[in-house]
Order: sequence, then structure tokens, then C-alpha cells
Amino acid sequence: MRTPQHIVGGGLAVLFLSPLVWSAVASVSPQAGTRQTAGWGFGNYQTLANYQAGIGQYLLNSTVVSVLTVLFTLGVSLLGGYAFAMFRFPGRNLLFLVTLAILMVPYATLLIPLYVLLNDLGLQNSLLGLALVLTMFQLPFAVFMMRISFEAVPKELGESALVDGCGSFRALLHIMLPAVRPGLITVGLFAFLAAWNDFITPLVLISDSDKAPLPLAVANMRQQVMGIVDYGATEAGVVTLALPCIVLFLALQRHYVRGFLSGALKG
Amino acid sequence: MASPVTTLEQQRSSPAVPVKGVRRRRRPKLTGWAYAAPTALFVLIFFVVPVILVARMSVSDWGLFTGDRGWNAPENYSDVLDDRLLWPAVWFTIKYTVVTTVILLGLALGLAMLVQESSRWTGFLRSSFLVPSALGLASASLLFYALYSPQSSPLGFLGIDSFLGTPSSALWSTVVLIVWRFAGFYMLLLLVGLQSIPGDVYEAARLDGATRAQTFRHITLPLLKPSLALCAILCVTGSLLAFDQFYILTKGGPDNSTITIVQLVYNMAFYGQNNLGRAAALSILILAALLVVNVLQFRGLRGKED
Repeated sequence: MRTPQHIVGGGLAVLFLSPLVWSAVASVSPQAGTRQTAGWGFGNYQTLANYQAGIGQYLLNSTVVSVLTVLFTLGVSLLGGYAFAMFRFPGRNLLFLVTLAILMVPYATLLIPLYVLLNDLGLQNSLLGLALVLTMFQLPFAVFMMRISFEAVPKELGESALVDGCGSFRALLHIMLPAVRPGLITVGLFAFLAAWNDFITPLVLISDSDKAPLPLAVANMRQQVMGIVDYGATEAGVVTLALPCIVLFLALQRHYVRGFLSGALKG
Repeated sequence: MASPVTTLEQQRSSPAVPVKGVRRRRRPKLTGWAYAAPTALFVLIFFVVPVILVARMSVSDWGLFTGDRGWNAPENYSDVLDDRLLWPAVWFTIKYTVVTTVILLGLALGLAMLVQESSRWTGFLRSSFLVPSALGLASASLLFYALYSPQSSPLGFLGIDSFLGTPSSALWSTVVLIVWRFAGFYMLLLLVGLQSIPGDVYEAARLDGATRAQTFRHITLPLLKPSLALCAILCVTGSLLAFDQFYILTKGGPDNSTITIVQLVYNMAFYGQNNLGRAAALSILILAALLVVNVLQFRGLRGKED
């Protein structure tokens, strides 16, 4: 009974991994119609490096947007989760429900008014505006996750801090923060993956090609050079996009899985 | 949920902190709001206001470059319903959703059962199935765009002339991409459900002489229903709102055969028509349809559970 299962499992694993392996190999292997026509090497990455504003600029854009989104998401959901878990205030349940309702509204429905709204706020075409919108999209999961993280902290811990005369903010900073760190890592990981990879939000909100994040830049690159697609450069772009995600994912897999556990147990 | 709150309130009014009774007791409310304020601000500015704005735009003549030019209802809505691409897009989106959901959930269930026990080998398998989920949908679409192109494809041995050239091949090629990208994600959700089924239920079934098929049919499936329901709702919602994969792989082609509803919204607003009012009207209709679909799904899955 065991051996057939091993064969099926191994075959499927090969099937799931092979597109990634192929993409990495193809990006450095010789191929007609690319800069890397003979021999193995990094010619395709050079094409990428010299494309319009240069891959450095697009990588920087993506990094700025991702870091800002992660910071905003962590800050807002840490305070919000603390408020929802530990305090009772008027409008608490309403605010929590409205936050979760973000999940019910399609991206496209929100992006059309946001395009107009960011113009009014002077945030059109800006990486800051993009990060603020991406943070909003992350809030339902992040606030929910931080709320249940705070609720899982033993009551005695918070109480003892307050008995010792700590203000609620000092209690949060010194006592609670270490206890909810795993939740924060999960929230941060999801926020990073979402911000790094999002496509439709910058497509709508960013029209200045120098401010495009990497996924948008690589997708646009295909239409350049008189309609001829440089597949080698596309593959190199995919590798550049995927590498940070895969490394982070493998390093933090435990925290990624916890995101699902919390959702399935509570939801 | 309630207990930490009461402790804080007891704390404030307990003899240990006797001073300034009334003001003290009010503080938890203010403090609570202070911590919730950033969330409230974000939700207000970037969610509540846009939802109100999109409703207003849907009844206004609102061009991409011209801005608000006054009332235009019900013309926005009737224009949307008369758009020649609307009904083909609706049907294509529904077809795509049904195909994707059936295949994806079936495969994910199989994968979850395959890696259910924990060992080093299944740990490796789980990671292999999950790695594609770390990629963005756009990155995965770009990867398959190169994988499917006649110039660079290594898939020549399959004997398929064109992966994206005909309407049905474009649909199936996209489904393959989506299954590759999301199977691990749904496997993980189902795995969580599988592992919450107590072992002694299986033990009892084994002692009663149940076959593997019987165990699966009468124990695993019913007990897994909540997880399957969650996956179905996520998958149906995600597929109805599909955009990235078609925008990158097919651009709606060939012959507009793979335009999804969200792509139509995008095209109305930013590509060609430049009509934000009409796009807003369509996205209000999508929102309403999605709410109905989700309520029906909740009802249906609840009902079967009882």
C-alpha cells in the first residue's frame, strides 16, 4: 500500500516543482531571440537591468512599497488587535465587522473610487498611496489575527502588569508584545507577500512607469521592443520576483501555516 | 473574549485602585478607542468613503479625465447591461469558476489525504505543493506565459499546437496555471480540517469493519464539510473576480473569448472607454451579485450540514 503512494506523491512533487526549476534554468540557458543566444550566462538579467528605468529602480519601488505596507499593517493591527481583545468601547463590534467587510468587496469595486480619492488627497502616482491602499486590503486578516493572538495571552500576564502600575501602553510594549510576536510574524509575512506580488492595484493606481513595482514592470516589458516578446528577460524577471518570496516562505513556513490554523479554528 | 475586558474593568474599580472613581472608570473606553483609532481611520478613509464614492460615481457621468459631470442614472446601468461584451463575459466567468472550483477542490482533497500523516517524506511533499502559493499570481502567470509560448516552451513533446490560440485551449491553459498556483493553498486548508477529525472515530470505523471507501464516504467527507465549505466559498469568490491571470496570459483573447467581468470593469474605466461612471455601475452590480452568491452558498452549505 505504501509504495504506490510514494510514487504518486513523488511524481506530483516533481510536477509542482518543475515549472519553477524550468524557469530558473531557462533564464540562464541559451535561447534564440534573447540576449543569451550562445552558451550559459546572465545575459537575460542584463536585459532586465537595462530595461527603461533599470531593474534597480523597480526593485527599489517594490521594496519601498512592501516595507511600508508591512510597517503600516503591523502598527495598525497591533494596536487594533489590542483594542478589540482587551477593551470594551462603544462601536467596538461595529468597527470590527466593518473591518472584516473589506473582504466582501471586490478589489476592482474599491480601486475605481480609490483612483479618484487618491488624486484628491494628492497621493496619485505615489508609492506611499499604493502602500496605504495595500495596507487597507490586509487589515481584515491582520486585525483578526492580532485580536485572537491577544485573546490567547494568559489573562494573569496582563493583569499583573496593570497591578504593578503599568499603564496600558507600557503593558502592551513590555508584557504583551513578546507574547504576540508569533502572530506579528504571520501578519508581516502575509503583508509582505501580498504587497510584493500585487498586480491590479499598481496597474490602476500607478501610471508613471518609473514608479511601477516589479510585477508591473516585468509585465509591461513584454510589450516593448516592437511587439516581439523577449522570453528570456521575462523568465529572468519571474526568477527575480519569485526568489525573495520562496526564500521567505521556506524560512517562515511554520508561521505561514499558523495563518491557516487560526482561520480554520476560529472561522 | 469578554473575560479580559471584565478584568480590566474590575481592575479599574477594585479597591486596589480606589482614586477618582468616575473618571477612572471611563478611561478604558477612551483608551480602547485610542488603540482602535488607526484601524478606524484606515477603514474610514480607504474603505467606507470609497464605497460611498463608488455608489455616487455609478449614478454620475464621470469620465476618467473629465471628472464628475452630473447625474447620469439609470443610463450608466442600462449602458452596462447593453454592452455587447457583458453577457459573454458573465458566461465565461461562470464557466471558468465552475471548472476551476471542481478541479481545484478535488485535487486539493486528494493532496491533503496523500500528505495527511506526518513524516519527513510528507513534510517534503507538503512544501513542494505549497511553494507555488508563495509566488504572486502575476509572477505565476508570467512564468506560464513563457512556458506556453511557442518560442520558449519545453512542452513541445505534448503535441499541443497552441496553448493560448483557441478559446477552449486558452481556458484550459489558464485553469492549469491556477490549479498549479492554488492547489497547495487549498490542500493546507483541508489538511487543517482533516487533522481536527479525532483519531478514535477512524478507529471505531476500522473495528466495525468499514472499507476505506466507506470510511471516506461516511466519516471523512461529512466531518470535513466545514473546511470544504470554506474552500468552496474562497475559490468561487476568487474565480468570479479573476483578473491577473487573464490580463497577463490572454489579454482577453482570442477574439474576446476570455474576458472576465473584472477585466470588463478595468477596460471600461481605464482602457478604451475611459468611463469611470459606467465602470462603477458595473462594479456595484458585481458587488451585489457576489453578496447574493455568498449568501446562497452559506445557506446551501449550512442546510446540507444539518
